[in-house]
Amino acid sequence: MIKKQIKVVNELGIHARPAGLIVNAASSFPCEVWLENEEGMNVNAKSIMGVMMLAAACGSVLTLTAKGSHEEEAVKTIEKLFKDKFDED
Amino acid sequence: MLIRKGIPASLGIAMGPVLMVKKDQIHVEKHIIPPGGEEAEIRRFNTAVAATREDLNAMHARVMTVLGRKHARIIESHNLILSDAVITHDIPVQIKKFHINAEYALQSALENIEKQFSRIDNEYFRERRFDFIDVFKQIMGKLSCEKKNPLENMEAPAVIAASSLFPSDTIAFRDNKKVLGFCTDLGSKASHTAIFAQSVGLPAVVGLVDFTSQMRNGDYIIIDGEQGTVILNPTAEIIESYRKRRAELQKEERFFQRLRGLPAITVDGHTVELFLNLDSEDSPFAWKSLKADGVGLYRTEGLFMNRTDLPSEEEQYKKYSALARAYSGLPVVVRTADIGGDRATRLGIKGLSDERNPFMGFRGIRLFLKYPELLKTQLRAVFRANTNGNLSVMVPMVASCCEVEAVRQIADVVVNELAREGKKHRKCRLGIMIEIPSAALTVDKLLDSADFVSIGTNDLVQYTLAVDRVNQYVSALYEPFHPAVLRLIHLVTESAHRKGKKVSICGEMASSPEAASFLAGTGVDALSATPKMYLRMKNAVRNLNFRIAATQALSVLDMPGAEQVREFYDRENRTIF
Repeated sequence: MIKKQIKVVNELGIHARPAGLIVNAASSFPCEVWLENEEGMNVNAKSIMGVMMLAAACGSVLTLTAKGSHEEEAVKTIEKLFKDKFDED
Repeated sequence: MLIRKGIPASLGIAMGPVLMVKKDQIHVEKHIIPPGGEEAEIRRFNTAVAATREDLNAMHARVMTVLGRKHARIIESHNLILSDAVITHDIPVQIKKFHINAEYALQSALENIEKQFSRIDNEYFRERRFDFIDVFKQIMGKLSCEKKNPLENMEAPAVIAASSLFPSDTIAFRDNKKVLGFCTDLGSKASHTAIFAQSVGLPAVVGLVDFTSQMRNGDYIIIDGEQGTVILNPTAEIIESYRKRRAELQKEERFFQRLRGLPAITVDGHTVELFLNLDSEDSPFAWKSLKADGVGLYRTEGLFMNRTDLPSEEEQYKKYSALARAYSGLPVVVRTADIGGDRATRLGIKGLSDERNPFMGFRGIRLFLKYPELLKTQLRAVFRANTNGNLSVMVPMVASCCEVEAVRQIADVVVNELAREGKKHRKCRLGIMIEIPSAALTVDKLLDSADFVSIGTNDLVQYTLAVDRVNQYVSALYEPFHPAVLRLIHLVTESAHRKGKKVSICGEMASSPEAASFLAGTGVDALSATPKMYLRMKNAVRNLNFRIAATQALSVLDMPGAEQVREFYDRENRTIF
């Protein structure tokens, strides 16, 4: 299991479009992928509803957890999406 | 009297009684499914989900062409909502476990989601629930085979007010002559409903937040789609002033109407051919009354949308033949479909669906040369239909000579095949779109294999300036009057004329009266405008002095930036009118 803290750095936060990108990325790996916000809400990163419910605004910090086969790749891929600001800026 | 400023979504002034459309309150009843019927109920639900997905895909394609990739991704996220476990797992489980009807299970799931979202503090994220509501309502519509259309029983013309509307509603408005315009609480100028309103030509104001909750059926309302103002129960003076304003606009419109059938000729006798841009979704007769010189761009992407199979040669043949006959002998330019890899995948072709940048990716002629059967089918249909009129064919997204040469060869093969099969046909002239700077710079070489060129200014501007016009951070840099763009247009026109070939413009610039002077002055042979702007463009051309415009067009090429060019033409226009 890998646990990693990632910061939301794109201006608009995790709205529908970035949420879609995260779900797509998470769904492409067999492992379980979870995201947790600072209030302790923990959601399945493969569910767009879950990811959007995090209400992750710019500057907030999420905990990304992956468990199972290809967990490292999954974390790397999703981390990169955040770093690249979901191609928004 | 109440005044509220919203977001202007579609031009025009509408005034009249309000008709409230409360889409949100579909009453859902709970039924108990008889034992053994659960599987059938789940299948019914899954069918509704599949039908919704089809609609979303069609919408996606439309948004992709109109607004580009960024906006299309919103639709993609709606597609993801359809794949969310709530829909694929939870609702079927509820149906099975509690023997309830699909509508009720869906409604309960949505209420649950709304409840969870309403707890979010951040307003921006709380509003995201509308993405879910939108998708769930669409599924609900499919389940109930929604035909309960309040518009069907409209007795008198009215302005529609609703908290939100689906794009499909806007289409229904077009067919209903009693709808004067509409306003909604939700939505933005770039919302899909607004885009459709613009293409349908209905005045609209969106983003009124909660204003429609203060309206009652029969209240008098004014919608100003230019300013974004909505006035509820206005005073007599206000009504009068808006009547005047509307009359002015209509007078202007009547003046333009008088230009129908008159040639697009400058005051000193230089003729510019003025064509129309048409979509395959338009009826071929839709804009016949404008008496255009022909069709400069017939888009065929629509034939490939909202379906999962490819349009057959026969289907295309019928469509192009009807068009050729409608324009009885006037030139009509059919552009082969500019579809992307994702669309092709949905049509059953193995394409690329996960391109990082489809805008610079696998689309237009690139895709058609990789799958030449697509090009052959389209060419066969056009060549056969050409026996009924005067068609030309044009290919989009050309970057290099080899592509034009390849198209030319395929066209030859097609002609041979049709001859061998004994099918009546007539080969037509082959044109290319100039949208990529490389094509503009080497147009003299490309014209060794092509008969004419048409400049697609929208993409040419974007590719030349490296600006995605729907990206809010850079859209202000989108500038057709940038001297680099003007120089390319000038270069293409000069090079083509040296080869004795004709140049037309079919991008948005050809529908911008303020660009008429430069385009005509630089020697462009034809302009192809949208139906809405057609007569305005004619008016602009008819007010030009070609000799002066030609000198000016040369002088602006030497200006440092778009600012100077615009300032120059603004000043000139002021002295003319």
